[in-house]
Amino acid sequence: MMPDAILKGKAFKFGGSISTDHIIPGRYAHLRSDLPELAKHVMEDADPTFVEKVKSGDFIVAGKNFGLGSSREHAALVIKMAGVSAILAKSVARIFFRNAINQGLPTLICDTDKIDAGDKLEVNLTRGIITDLTKDVQLTFGKIPKVMLDILNEGGLIPYITKHGDFEL
Amino acid sequence: MGKTLSEKILSEKSGTDARAGDIVIAPVDLVFVQDTTGPLTIRQFKEVKHGRLVSPQRTAIFLDHAVPSPNRQLSNDHQFLRRFAEDNDCRIFEGGSGICHQLVAEMFANPGDIIVGADSHTVTAGGLGAFATGMGSSDVAIVFALGKTWLRVPETFKISISGRFRKWVGAKDLIIHLIGVLGADGATYKALEFDGQTVSGMSISERLTVANMAVEAGAKVGIFPSDNVTQRFLAVQGRGNKYSALRPDADANYERAIIINASELEPMVAVPHTVDNVAPVSMLAGTKIDQVFIGTCTNGRLEDLAMAAAILRKKKRHPSVRLIVAPASQQVLTKAMRIGYIQVLVAAGAVILPPGCAACLGLHQGVLGDNEACLSTANRNFKGRMGNPEASIYLASPATAAASALTGEITDPRKVL
Ligand code: SF4
Repeated sequence: MMPDAILKGKAFKFGGSISTDHIIPGRYAHLRSDLPELAKHVMEDADPTFVEKVKSGDFIVAGKNFGLGSSREHAALVIKMAGVSAILAKSVARIFFRNAINQGLPTLICDTDKIDAGDKLEVNLTRGIITDLTKDVQLTFGKIPKVMLDILNEGGLIPYITKHGDFEL
Repeated sequence: MGKTLSEKILSEKSGTDARAGDIVIAPVDLVFVQDTTGPLTIRQFKEVKHGRLVSPQRTAIFLDHAVPSPNRQLSNDHQFLRRFAEDNDCRIFEGGSGICHQLVAEMFANPGDIIVGADSHTVTAGGLGAFATGMGSSDVAIVFALGKTWLRVPETFKISISGRFRKWVGAKDLIIHLIGVLGADGATYKALEFDGQTVSGMSISERLTVANMAVEAGAKVGIFPSDNVTQRFLAVQGRGNKYSALRPDADANYERAIIINASELEPMVAVPHTVDNVAPVSMLAGTKIDQVFIGTCTNGRLEDLAMAAAILRKKKRHPSVRLIVAPASQQVLTKAMRIGYIQVLVAAGAVILPPGCAACLGLHQGVLGDNEACLSTANRNFKGRMGNPEASIYLASPATAAASALTGEITDPRKVL
């Protein structure tokens, strides 16, 4: 399913260097075949209350190098399952970035210092604009490479390949 | 303009004139999963309307992260993976065979290969001149189905290493130092290419250690040229015919050049809770530790156990420290027994775990208690990594780990000999 062009929700702020071990710790590896159970631990080692507070549509807003560490795609998956509509970060680790796009989860590079916890945000994916409704300021986000944009537009890599049968550059 | 190692490999494989920044589609020589990423990969693979594995003999499943299985959920995951391997006729390596990256180096990786694994330390095979990189389950599922993937040709940082390592200083200290220089995101999306006089004197074991941690600076690959050391290693592993000479062009274009003089390096430590928080061992000397873990895809090889055994020979671990050793593979374990390293380590008070990831990711076999500190030869010290967010992990070389096991505190290996 293609992500909506306009996303709306509240900002949950995190610092820099949030690793995949913060997002979904290795000690829960035994739950990886039980995704609803696994998802109950999302962001546990960064903010144990996150899972209770987050609402569908909300944003994770983080500092540098979000998602560094393991290749576990479960990290992107449980964030999506929590209802997060997009991740905004100053920079994103390579494998996590690919995983998030492959899961159809928009991941946008922007100056997140300008956003505070609890701010209401609106993201226009087609126009490339983030509006902080609380502060009434607008931010732009970095361009997503075409191949990734195409994957995102099909709702992820598996639906993309199912539809096209192959990569189309 | 000449080409870097990554540009050479990706040009050759994709049949295009691949330059940094280009996006290419390339066939994959080996694709693999391990037991904690495999089940999701296979479920996703089954969602692709495509039927069978395109290339079973180039597809491998390693049971290494949770072996022997600590609980029934993981046992069921193992069952699921075994059944898939049987139904699809692909390679599977049972628990106890070893860590995926070590087995890939021992059995599969060749210079110029493209290797994709559902594990971030897939970069390890760069030590043998392979373009090897970690990806998530969806990407790997698509390689299962199509035998190829898309790759952005990375810009390259050239890391030139000169000078001789001082005694008890080596590959692990070099890479910890480099990550300190680059920062944990300093090489995101980039290739690290290692070269220089010192490199030709480095064993494959040392090259694998360095390549393994390239990802801790965010790099996509950490890659070494191939040479007679590579050739000898492949011959010993029964793949002498797979050797090919691989060197970057002299006029290749590098985004950044970093020069390291090995003779100036000290034993290094990565301090909790990030890998780029580095310090020479002298600054941490005296820090009390509760556990020492020697093993992992970074430092569980024969040379690593040899280093530890040399320091622990005829000595005992400090009574307040638990010492855990996990060889990286069955081959390593067998050789270490034959030479006598295992006997020395056991006599020194080590617990020997079966070949596999063991205590590295906090699933079992060495989970830390609250407020405990561990000195580990692994590659990551993130909060919660060894099973407890209230614990701390320091990363260092096998020599520093063994020396610290003797004293119960972080210790310069040169101080105990
Ligand atoms: S030893 Fe540790 S870092 Fe290496 S593959 Fe296993 S869990 Fe990952």
